[in-house]
Amino acid sequence: MADFGYTVWILIVPFVAFIVLGLFGMKLKARISGLTGTTALAIVTALSYATAIRYFWGAGLVDGVFQKIIATNSTWLTLTDHLHIDMGILLDPISVMMLVVISTVSFMVHIYSLGYMKGEKGFERYYAFLSLFTFSMMGLVVATNIFQMYIFWELVGISSYLLIGFYYSRPSAVAASKKAFIVTRFADMGFLVGILILSFTTKTFDFVTLTDLNGPAITSTGGAVFMGMSVMTWSMILIFVGGAGKSAMFPLHIWLPDAMEGPTPVSALIHAATMVVAGVYLVARMFPVYYFAAPEALHIIAWVGAFSSLFAAVIATTQTDIKRVLAYSTISQIGYMIFSLGVSGYGGHDGLGFMASNWHLFNHAMFKALLFLGAGSVIHAVHSNYMTEMGGLRKHLPITNITFLIACLTIAGLPPLSGFFSKDEILTAAFHHDKVLFAIEYLVAGLTAFYMFRLYFSIFHGHDRQYEHKPHESPATMTIPLMILAFGSVFSGFLPFSSLVTSDGAPFESHIEWSVAVPSILIALAGITVAWVMYKKETTLPDRLAATFKHSYKWAYNKFYIDELYLFITKKVIFKRVSQPVAWFDRHIVDGTMNGIAWVTQTVSNRIKGLQSGQLQQYGFIFVSGAVALVLVFIYLVK
Amino acid sequence: MNQGVPLEFYIIVATIMFFTGIYGFLTRRNLITILMSSELILNSVNINFLAFNRYLFPAKLDGHFFSLFVIAVAASEAAVAIAIIISIYRRFSNINVENVNELKY
Amino acid sequence: MEGNQIMFAVFAIVIIVFSVLTVTSRKILRAAVSLLFVLIATAGLYFLLNYQFLAAVQLTLYAGGIVVLIIFSILLTSQISHKFEPIEWKKALFTALAVIGGAIVVITTILKHTFAADTAAALEVNMNVIGKSLLGTGTDGYVLPFEVISVLLVAAMIGAIVIAKKGSPVRDEEKNK
Repeated sequence: MADFGYTVWILIVPFVAFIVLGLFGMKLKARISGLTGTTALAIVTALSYATAIRYFWGAGLVDGVFQKIIATNSTWLTLTDHLHIDMGILLDPISVMMLVVISTVSFMVHIYSLGYMKGEKGFERYYAFLSLFTFSMMGLVVATNIFQMYIFWELVGISSYLLIGFYYSRPSAVAASKKAFIVTRFADMGFLVGILILSFTTKTFDFVTLTDLNGPAITSTGGAVFMGMSVMTWSMILIFVGGAGKSAMFPLHIWLPDAMEGPTPVSALIHAATMVVAGVYLVARMFPVYYFAAPEALHIIAWVGAFSSLFAAVIATTQTDIKRVLAYSTISQIGYMIFSLGVSGYGGHDGLGFMASNWHLFNHAMFKALLFLGAGSVIHAVHSNYMTEMGGLRKHLPITNITFLIACLTIAGLPPLSGFFSKDEILTAAFHHDKVLFAIEYLVAGLTAFYMFRLYFSIFHGHDRQYEHKPHESPATMTIPLMILAFGSVFSGFLPFSSLVTSDGAPFESHIEWSVAVPSILIALAGITVAWVMYKKETTLPDRLAATFKHSYKWAYNKFYIDELYLFITKKVIFKRVSQPVAWFDRHIVDGTMNGIAWVTQTVSNRIKGLQSGQLQQYGFIFVSGAVALVLVFIYLVK
Repeated sequence: MNQGVPLEFYIIVATIMFFTGIYGFLTRRNLITILMSSELILNSVNINFLAFNRYLFPAKLDGHFFSLFVIAVAASEAAVAIAIIISIYRRFSNINVENVNELKY
Repeated sequence: MEGNQIMFAVFAIVIIVFSVLTVTSRKILRAAVSLLFVLIATAGLYFLLNYQFLAAVQLTLYAGGIVVLIIFSILLTSQISHKFEPIEWKKALFTALAVIGGAIVVITTILKHTFAADTAAALEVNMNVIGKSLLGTGTDGYVLPFEVISVLLVAAMIGAIVIAKKGSPVRDEEKNK
């Protein structure tokens, strides 16, 4: 077994960067702290790539199967003699892939932020939090056991909270960060219960043991049945709830659009490429357990993914804030990934869905980060988020224009760009599994093309508006990451992914099934055409369409009122019916008892203090009475 | 000389005087009247001692001398008490016992 | 009725009546004079009990010394014409109850008890015997309490002088604070 011990530095370097920037950042010049963070990430990226190359084209492949290599593992907390929480690093195809993804995107974001966040107050704090996030996410993906993953899961949630609320003087940002944290925390409650049930049933936290085909998780049968589903199914559903919260699946998606209050590079890193795919990663990590021990859970997962992608795509067609459009697009694409896992089989070609999901994750990280960074470039030039205030920017921002166009073509799924390959494999896997789900996702592919090009044409085409000051192209620190990511989006489709990342570790040959690919290309082209007609030149066609479908337009524009529903439930139901009585009880009965005890003590003491009045004759009176009483007692009562 | 008057009569007289003195001690407001009440108490005790001595222990003199010393102590106590009363009078310009109440809560 | 019974009755009535007057009189000088009569009647009781020396001491010290001292202090604190307010009835009531209760307890206990007299011969108490006992060492000697009382008297004298002294700078300072 080759030695991968150096991978521990992938975790240590960002953590040290966080500590240094956090403690000393204010004393350093802004530029130095930025460079410190970026250098740390450069080291991490180099290490990740080295690990990936060594693993995939070297030590990882043994007997034709990619091994799960434990680079390091140490027992941290022993709960019982079976259960112990370890901290360690597990290398297997998906974790190494994620190392590459996270480090690449994070590195690009670090470089980009040197330009984007220049001059902002709190620059050092920003880089400190970015390092913290990178450390947390790395720890999450290399976790050897599910509890370690949970710990880093929460750390990632904290980093997200800190970064969304970066502009803490804005009440909307503060509210958004709270919302993100509370929604994901609520989902994590399900996650924790799932972990506990799972570990109680299987007596282990360790991933290698859990996903072992002959291990306790998969071979345990005859467990208790609760409401028609086995204990394992319930625990896996609950674990998925945690993943759904982090990945913004319906109905826990409400936090992601609001999370756009954070700086745009943060949105690119956390809410497009890395953190939100944590849910997908979790299901992929536990995939053997899902497939063999909890197939009903997989069914539910597929439907949740499909519904979320459709739901988000419909909303995205009406939004006018460019970051919101991209946020809903993210929800939709992650829906694709989750759905793909749900329809996947296990082993060889049956595991196509699994492979496609991870491939789409890889590609999506590249092009979605590119889209967000491009949007950031536009926002930086125009100082506005709304596409109604933009137009004709292709003349002013050439590099941003080209890279954004490449990203839009990728997400629409046109060959030979990467999005085509991964999306095609997903649709193929769906086609062979369930035709209804396939139809839904096919429709979503068309919608995706439509709203993305709606976005593109509204920003870069149409006629030039009156801008406050002439928009200029972004500096090199911002355009170079755009170009690198565009390069990645174009060429990552040619990676032989199916020989690297598969459901059981054994490579297989994948090919394009043209009976599915051609219709998907056609519907993408149809979406682009509709968007071209409606948005390339400024027409009143969109407004007339909106007026015709006034009711549905209103519903889609207002995000189907899900936020209002949540607000209603929390305020009218939970606050009024549950929290307020509990608060009343606490204030009046619990506190009242304590106050009552104190009041009694005080009153008694007030009454008693009169005994020490200083009045001689009162003392004398008590003296005499007491003496007489004692005499009586001793003569008559005590014999 | 003691025939005809039983011991109990002396003791009852002393008891009544004693409790009268206590009543005065606890009820009167003026410090001097309190002093006078305490003199009553001391005298009642003296009568008691002497009655017991004469009736129960005629061959001894313990009660007799006890009473003698009680008288001496009472006298010195009265002297010191008067001195204190004078002091208090100088402080408060009256000699109510309620003024002397610093030793309290 | 024998003579000593009559004398006893007279003295007892004087004692009881005038002690009640002492504690209830509203004019302070009357209280002092009632106290004087009580003390004189007590001396009479001592005579009845055949303790002449002690009766003389009682008359000299108590009636002639302490009551005079009390009247001096009344004059010094200008209370002589002061008429006391009646006592609030609650205080009087409770005290009276306690006192009467106590008295009843004591008297019933005494009446129930039979006192056994010592059958030794009565000792003639005259000055000779008193003197020998007062300064005698040995079983019946009271020289130790005698000396202690002397010290006590000195201490009381010094104490009274110190407390009642006027015009020392410390005292005046404290008074003027």
